[in-house]
This record gives sequence, structure tokens and C-alpha cells, in this order.
Amino acid sequence: MAAPVSTVGKPSTERSPFNTTSFQKKTRTKLISIPGTRPSVQNGQLLVSTGVTSLDYLLGGGLAVGTVLLIEEDRYDSYSRMILKYFLAEGVVCRHELFVAAAQDNPDDILQVGEEPRLSCEPQDSLDAMKIAWRYQNLPKVQSALASSSRFGHYYDVSKTMEPEIRQAAKCHCFYLPEHPTHTMLESYSALLKSLQEVINREGFDVTKSRNILRIGLHSLGSALWGDDLSCHDNPRNGHALTTFLYGLRALLRSSLSVAVVTVPSHLIQDRALMGSITRLCDNAIALESFKGSERETNPLYKDYHGLLHVRQVPHLNCLASKLPDHKDLAFKLKRKQFTIEVSCPQPSVTNINKATLTNIFALSETF
Amino acid sequence: MFTELNSILNTTPDSFTQGDFILLSDRQSDASFLIHHFLSLYLRARCKVWFLGLVQSFNHYSAISQRLGVSLTQAKEKGQLVFLEGLNESLSVLIPREADTGSEAMGFLRDPAVGLKSLYEFVRTSATSSGGGEPEPEEWGPPVLLVDDLSVLLSLGASVGAVLDFSHYCRATVCSQLQGNVVMLARCDGEEEEEDGDDGGSERLLRGLTHQCSLTLHVQGLPTGYCRDIHGQVEVCWRRRRGDGRCTQKKLFQYKVHDKGASFFAPGTSSAVL
Repeated sequence: MAAPVSTVGKPSTERSPFNTTSFQKKTRTKLISIPGTRPSVQNGQLLVSTGVTSLDYLLGGGLAVGTVLLIEEDRYDSYSRMILKYFLAEGVVCRHELFVAAAQDNPDDILQVGEEPRLSCEPQDSLDAMKIAWRYQNLPKVQSALASSSRFGHYYDVSKTMEPEIRQAAKCHCFYLPEHPTHTMLESYSALLKSLQEVINREGFDVTKSRNILRIGLHSLGSALWGDDLSCHDNPRNGHALTTFLYGLRALLRSSLSVAVVTVPSHLIQDRALMGSITRLCDNAIALESFKGSERETNPLYKDYHGLLHVRQVPHLNCLASKLPDHKDLAFKLKRKQFTIEVSCPQPSVTNINKATLTNIFALSETF
Repeated sequence: MFTELNSILNTTPDSFTQGDFILLSDRQSDASFLIHHFLSLYLRARCKVWFLGLVQSFNHYSAISQRLGVSLTQAKEKGQLVFLEGLNESLSVLIPREADTGSEAMGFLRDPAVGLKSLYEFVRTSATSSGGGEPEPEEWGPPVLLVDDLSVLLSLGASVGAVLDFSHYCRATVCSQLQGNVVMLARCDGEEEEEDGDDGGSERLLRGLTHQCSLTLHVQGLPTGYCRDIHGQVEVCWRRRRGDGRCTQKKLFQYKVHDKGASFFAPGTSSAVL
């Protein structure tokens, strides 16, 4: 299903003919085949890529369709915004539809300065005509049963912006809060929910008749710009406005082919119990903690990384057990071409420990 | 249905105590696997089950129950299971449209200060309507009410007092009047020592519910930290009222959840360790 995409921008890509015989396998596939998605190997759910391949691995292969990923923002909202952009850029490349809502910046700006998708394989050059195995001339070069897994997700170059043609080809719905004036604070969230439901019904993302995925990106919910006083007061007046919205969002997502990424400025919310109930109403939850401006920036242990990443919650949808991450101390770094998440303190391998590594380990521990 | 948990609680699908109020609670953990155990146990025991699934869709419960050997769709068709899918019903309330004919069970979302009377009315009418009226084609056992979960009602704006009233009314109807069982799940986040003067709503709810119940199963993470092979510990507490005094009995187990069930063992006897 996933042929290597060598030309992303061209609107009509010619699919090279796969079969050399006229035999068609009769399969009653219950899984709908939508570009940019793949079934999970653990429980058969439909997964989409978040745009960051190491985050996909952390979430168990990708983001399940119908779930919400909560990102607790870092202090200056730099890396969480970057992940949101990766998510939306992945949607553009996979031809999914987008819905972006923001109160601070115009959603168009979030999309405009995107990334340029970069391909990880060399472009297909013209092959020499095969003389002996000419039957296999038209088959793609690499063909394996797990081809889809190697082509899931793309790599992006953050120093360049996406070409306008690719950007225009994607259908995008924007919700910019200043354009929807509301009288009270509670209405901003219900206006957003209503707008979401309208888009889902109008474009037909209901499970029965849809053939595409809707990617929803909600920026900085719970901040004061949405009219919410969660981040301003210790005892917010309407503490349940955001949680009611998240409940309604979950209801919408479970009944449609869509996936959402929500960022919340959790460092401003003082009430831990409220943050806990927000986390429980989302399915996946990660928290970013960047080193900018903290003393960890100069710490030699973290010199390769830009921040720490904590996994707060993993979903267990349609199954009893969830795939817990193996390691708990993860760190991320953002390079021009990749956003990687690694284990920050790898355990020394006990098998080939020798005198040199022992002295290194002791030297490192002495710095703390 | 987890066989080890059945032997711990001395229940089988054929014999279980009636009139019980069972409280499942967790602290910084997830006790929802226990709800699936009780759901499949009571369906196998041929009880009439009312399930208020407020946090997940019907497909989620159905998929897991399938792995535990019980079919929810069949039970629904036969009339054994009455399922309230909170997510679906809430959409018609949160985004009102003109032609809406949904049930009013989630009507409290419009104005949470009013209380959970509409939700209780749903339970009461469906419980008592099956008692009277024309006789059902199949005879079901005692009624059981399962709620997953109560803490989401707090997140949706209901006050602690309203949720406690709701649980009290449900207990009075189902346990005392109809001699059935009630199983409720309540989740908690903070540490036990923290005493938030103003909030701590989920703590107050947990304490209030613990007073009312006859059996608690409290799920927590391991006090020594994260472990891949042992997912946490369960504290089972029987609070029986017998004659003059109460006798409480507590037992601690560790558990591991896998694909088709969960295994419970005494602390320190995990198969990964032995």
C-alpha cells in the first residue's frame, strides 16, 4: 500500500503497476485503507504518525485514530509548538485535512512557517532495462511485507518552509478565537466544540462514510487568552470549563475518524488535582521540560539535549494492558533535520565493562 | 473475570453476596481493569446489569469483554445489559440542536449546580420498570449497577455533595430495595498526606464513599517505584457490619495486568522474582 513517494508536490502521482499477473487476491478487508495510516501490531487500531518518528515509537507505533495527545508545554512554548507543527506538517504531506485552533496567533501563521518534508531515500533514477528478469521491471526496487513500517512518517527540515503548492493542496479549517467574539468565558470552549462538530459533520468524517483523517491541533488551551482563569487563579471560578470541553472532544473523536493534539500550559496551572483530571480526560499525555534559562543548561550531563520529556499517561484503548515505556528518563533534542527523543541516562552495559569505562563512570559521577 | 480475584473475594458466578456496595478506587494508578472483571462476573452470573459507561465508548468495553469471554452486544440484545454511553449522550447536551430526542440522563451537563438527579432518575426508572410490567421472557438474577467512573462527574462540574447523594440514592434503591449489588469506581490523584483546604474534592468523595461501602479495592502503584513486571498493588478491605460492631479485614496483593486478564499474588511472590 505504501509505495515510496518520490514526488510529493505533484498532484497526480502515477502508481507503478504492482501486479504482473491478473490474479487478484480476494480479501474482505475490514480495515479501511487511508493514506498515512497503518494498523497497530499490538491491537489492530488505526495509527497515524505524529510527524516525529521517535515520538511515534514512544506512543507505541503512532497516535491511534480517535484519541487525544496532551502535550504539557515547556516554559516558553517553543518545543511544544514545534511538535504541533510537525503534527500538522505530517497531515499536509499525507493529504489529511487539518483543523487548527488558536487564541494567541493566527492559525495561518502556525501553518505558514512549517517544515519542508525531506525524503529519506534517494529518488528513483531510471533503471537500466533488465534483460533477463524483465518481468520484474515495473516492480519497485524494495518490496517487503513490512514496507509500510519503513515508510511511516517523514523527516522534516525545520530551516526551510513548506512550498506553497504543497501547503495549498491541504484543506485546512481555522478557528481563531478573536474572530468568534463571545460574551462569557465558557462560551469560547463551547464555540470551539460546536465548530469542530460542524466541520466533522459537513466534511463527513463519521466512521461510516469517511475516507480521510481529520487532524485537529489546539494550541494552548487553558491559557488566559481563551478566557479561562485556570492559569491565573488558585481557585478558578469555573474550573470545569476545560474539562467539560475535553470530555466533549473525546466524545467527538471516538465517533469520527479524527485525531487531536492539544497543548496546555501546565506550568501555569497550580492545582495539581485539576491537572490530573485534565490528563485523565486525554488518552496520551507527555510533558516537555526545556533547559532554556535553567541551571541545567550548563550541566555537562545534559549538554547534548534541549530538554527532558516525561510520559504522563499511555492509553489502553480496547485492551486491558497498555504498553508502558521501558525507560522513564527521556530527553529530547531538536536538530535541523530531526527531533529525537533518547534515553538520557543509559545504563552501562554490564557485559563488556572494563577498566576504561569504569574510570569514565566514576569521573562522571564525581561532577555531581 | 479474573479467577484469582474470585478466589480472593470468595465469589463465583454461582454464589456471591447480595446487597453489597463495592468501591473500586485508585491513587495515581488505573483501576479500570477491575470494572471489566466485575462486568464479566455479573454477566456470567446471569444478573441484570446496568452499566453507566461515562468515560469510554461502548466499543472499548465490548472489545475487552470479548477477550474475557463475554459478549456485550449479545447481552444488550437479550435485555440482560442496559448500557448508558455517556460520551454519546453528552454530545446532544453540550451542543444543543433543535430536533433532539436523546435521553435526559446527561442533562446535568447543562447546569451542573443542579445536581445529578437526572442521572439517578435514569437508573431508577430503568430499575423499577423491569420489576413491574409484563414479565420478561428470561428470568434474570439480582440487579447490579456498575459506574465507570464517578470522578469524571466531578470534572464535569458536579459538586462532591451531589455525587455522594447520587451514590447514596443508588445504594438505597439497588442494594436495600432490590437486594442487588452496586460497583463504583472513583479515582484520585494527589498524595494521601496532602490536605488541600479548599479542594481535594476527589479525596472527600473517596472518604465519603468508603464509609458507605462494604468492600473496597484500592489500587496503587508500588511504593518502591516503577516496575515492568508488577504493575501495582491492590488493598482489599472488607467492612462488614455484623450485629454490634464492624469488623474490618484487610489484605494486600500485587498484580500484573496482561492481555486476557490480571494475575494477583502475594507481595514478593511475582513470577518475575521467583
